[in-house]
Amino acid sequence: MKKRKLPLILFVLFLVIMIAGLSLGEYAYVLEKAISICLSCIGIG
Amino acid sequence: MGLGLIKRRRWFQAFSFLAINAYIPAWFKGEIYQGSIKGTCVPVLNCYSCPSAMGACPMGAIQNFFATARFNISIAQYQFGLYVIGFLGAVGSLVGRMPCGWLCPFGFLQELLYKIKTKKFRIPKPLTYMKYVVLVMFVVLLPLLIMDEYGFGQTWFCKWICPAGTLEAGLSLAAISPDIRGQLGFLFSWKFAILVLFIVWMIVSKRPFCRTTCPLGAIFALFNRVSLFQMVIFEDKCTLCNKCWEDCPVDIKVYEGANSPECVRCLKCVDSCKFGAVDYKFINWGQDTLAPNSKSET
Repeated sequence: MKKRKLPLILFVLFLVIMIAGLSLGEYAYVLEKAISICLSCIGIG
Repeated sequence: MGLGLIKRRRWFQAFSFLAINAYIPAWFKGEIYQGSIKGTCVPVLNCYSCPSAMGACPMGAIQNFFATARFNISIAQYQFGLYVIGFLGAVGSLVGRMPCGWLCPFGFLQELLYKIKTKKFRIPKPLTYMKYVVLVMFVVLLPLLIMDEYGFGQTWFCKWICPAGTLEAGLSLAAISPDIRGQLGFLFSWKFAILVLFIVWMIVSKRPFCRTTCPLGAIFALFNRVSLFQMVIFEDKCTLCNKCWEDCPVDIKVYEGANSPECVRCLKCVDSCKFGAVDYKFINWGQDTLAPNSKSET
């Protein structure tokens, strides 16, 4: 019984972590990186 | 999920590839998509510098957080990648590695290349642990610890390894932008060699990149045994015929560990098993349908 609750607890925990990150403005940070050409990904620098 | 849907997995993979890379006009403009939805993480390895990519690669995003962590602290900006960590954990604890089997464009490419008729080779099990080393070293430690004089780290996995980036961003942008083409040098040659190596390996072995190198697969793999979605084996029905092993795109004996970290939850084994020995369930989600002789590792 104890083990079966673990997946749900993990899911809720990570959801809370994600919301915490969003509230810290991390979406804008990811967006800023994602809309810039990534030279490392291409293999330039 | 019915058997009909499982048989149409290829369509899911193709649709996912197109949906994640839907901004076709970018190919004609010679630039990358820059819409406001691009900050949304996708649960697959899809380079955000692919011209038509609509979302953010979580591996690229998390490395950027780690690479700039010290600088951000020095300017009192406390952003550590909780959004990406939470996103990956939420997806992982919900379905484990299922996005690898159903959504990942690079996984799809590997399965298509493996269809080329040639001599095939199995991947030795110890090599499958390499992806955890790649995750810890190239995605976490090196970006966090190796800094330049201004306190900035690098995205080591993207820069030195990621063949998805070379294919989707490097080759694509080089093809459509003369400026990019003019800047290619040693690093691009190195990454191109890695891509060619993997492409050859993909033809002779089942999903070698996912199984040996993918850091995103490594993260989701950690959740396979504790996710809400679980594979189930009915031991009394299994005849050890090995049909599931033969058909499995990641070469696992399903009856030895239905929720193995290697399983990409493609559910092909559910379709392959003529004895009904393999099934799946969502735990804590409605009524538990497990029979007395079934085996699930949760």
